[in-house]
Amino acid sequence: MASIRNMVRAFALTGALAALAMAPLGAVAGVDLPALEKGKGEKCVEDTPFMRRNHMELLKHHRNETMHKGIRTTRYSLKGCVECHASSKTGSVAASEQDFCAACHSYASVKLDCWDCHATKPAKPKAAAQATASQPALNLMPSVQTGGQAQ
Amino acid sequence: MSDLNHTAGAGEERRNFLKVGAGLAGVALAPGVLLYGVSAHSRAPEEAASSRVRWGMLIDTTKCAAGCNGCVSACNNENGLSGETGEQDSQWIRKLNIRHLQTGVEHNLPMLCQHCEHPPCVDVCPTGASMKRADGIVLVDRHVCIGCRYCMMACPYKARSFVHEPLTDQNPEVPRGKGCVEACTFCVQRVDRDETPACVQACNAEGHQAMLFGDLNNPESDIAKAMKTYASTEVRGDLGLNTGVRYQGI
Repeated sequence: MASIRNMVRAFALTGALAALAMAPLGAVAGVDLPALEKGKGEKCVEDTPFMRRNHMELLKHHRNETMHKGIRTTRYSLKGCVECHASSKTGSVAASEQDFCAACHSYASVKLDCWDCHATKPAKPKAAAQATASQPALNLMPSVQTGGQAQ
Repeated sequence: MSDLNHTAGAGEERRNFLKVGAGLAGVALAPGVLLYGVSAHSRAPEEAASSRVRWGMLIDTTKCAAGCNGCVSACNNENGLSGETGEQDSQWIRKLNIRHLQTGVEHNLPMLCQHCEHPPCVDVCPTGASMKRADGIVLVDRHVCIGCRYCMMACPYKARSFVHEPLTDQNPEVPRGKGCVEACTFCVQRVDRDETPACVQACNAEGHQAMLFGDLNNPESDIAKAMKTYASTEVRGDLGLNTGVRYQGI
C-alpha cells in the first residue's frame, strides 16, 4: 500500500512541477490585444482614440435622431460603420471573433445587442439590383415630380 | 372627462386654423414653390420629420383584385419578412376578403397599420417604444420595446406582430429582432428618401392602382384631391382614431 501511495505522490509532484514550468511561459505570451482589420475607407469619421471611447455615444445619439425624428444623416450611422468595417473574410462586423466589432467587444467582455436586430453585413448590391429590376421605379408621386420639374 | 373633450376640441380647432394658415401661405407662393414649401418631399437628410405633413393612404377596394398578393409580397421583400402566415409569423400587411351578409357583394382589401392620429398602441405602451412620428407614421422603437405586447392587444386592426424567433440577415435598412413588436412602417426608410411604400409601388406595377400614398395635409397632393372627391371610409371609424389609411368602396 505504501508503495502505491508513494507512486501517487511522485506523480502529483511531477504534475505540479510541470504546471509550474508552464505557467511562466503563458504569462510571457500574455493576452494579445485585438488585431483589427483596417476599414475600407480612407479614415474614420473621427479620430481613432475618440472613436474608441465615444462610438457608443455617437451611435446612441444618431439612433434616437433617426428613429424619432427621421433624421438620416450618414456620418454617424451604424450602416456606415458596417459598410466600412465589414471583414474581408466573413463580410460581417460580428460573424467571427476577429471581425471588427466582435474583436474588441469579446476582448473587453462587453456584450453587444446591436446585432440582434441590425444587419452585420452591408446591403447586398445584387439584391438591390434585383429589386429594381422586378419593380421598376414609377412616377408614383406626381406632385413631387411636378415640383421637381418646376424647380 | 369634460376637460379631456375640451382639450381635444381645442386641438382640432388649432389644427384647422394651422391648415388654413398653411393654405394661405401656399396661395402667396408660385405653384412650384408651394409644393416644396408645404410638402416634406424635399426634406433634407438632416431635417427632422415635420407635422406639416401627414402621410396617409387611400385604398380603392373596387380596384383591389381578388387573388392578387402583390402588395404583401412586396412588403415581405422590402422588410425581410418570411412570408409565412402562421400564428407566430410577422405579417405587416394582409389581404382580406369581406362579404356583405345580405347582398353577398365581396370586396378585397389590404389591411395594414392604419397609422392613426390617436393610436391606441401608443396610449398603452408602458415604455414609450410605441410612438407616432411628427409626420403621422406610427412606429415601434425597438431599442425601447420590452416585448410586453400591450399594443398588440390594444390595436383594433390586428396590425402588429411579435417576433418570436432570432433573426439573421435582416435588410440593413429595416432592423428587426426577437422580442420586439413590429408593424407596417409605411416603409419609412423609403418615404424618407421620397419614395412610396413598397406595397403601393407593387400595386401600381401590377396595374391595379388601388393604393394611393401621399401627404394628407397638402391640398395639392393626389391623395388629398381624391379624398375631397370620393367618399372614403375609416375602418372602425366609430373609435375616433382618425386613421391615416382610408378605404374607398366599402
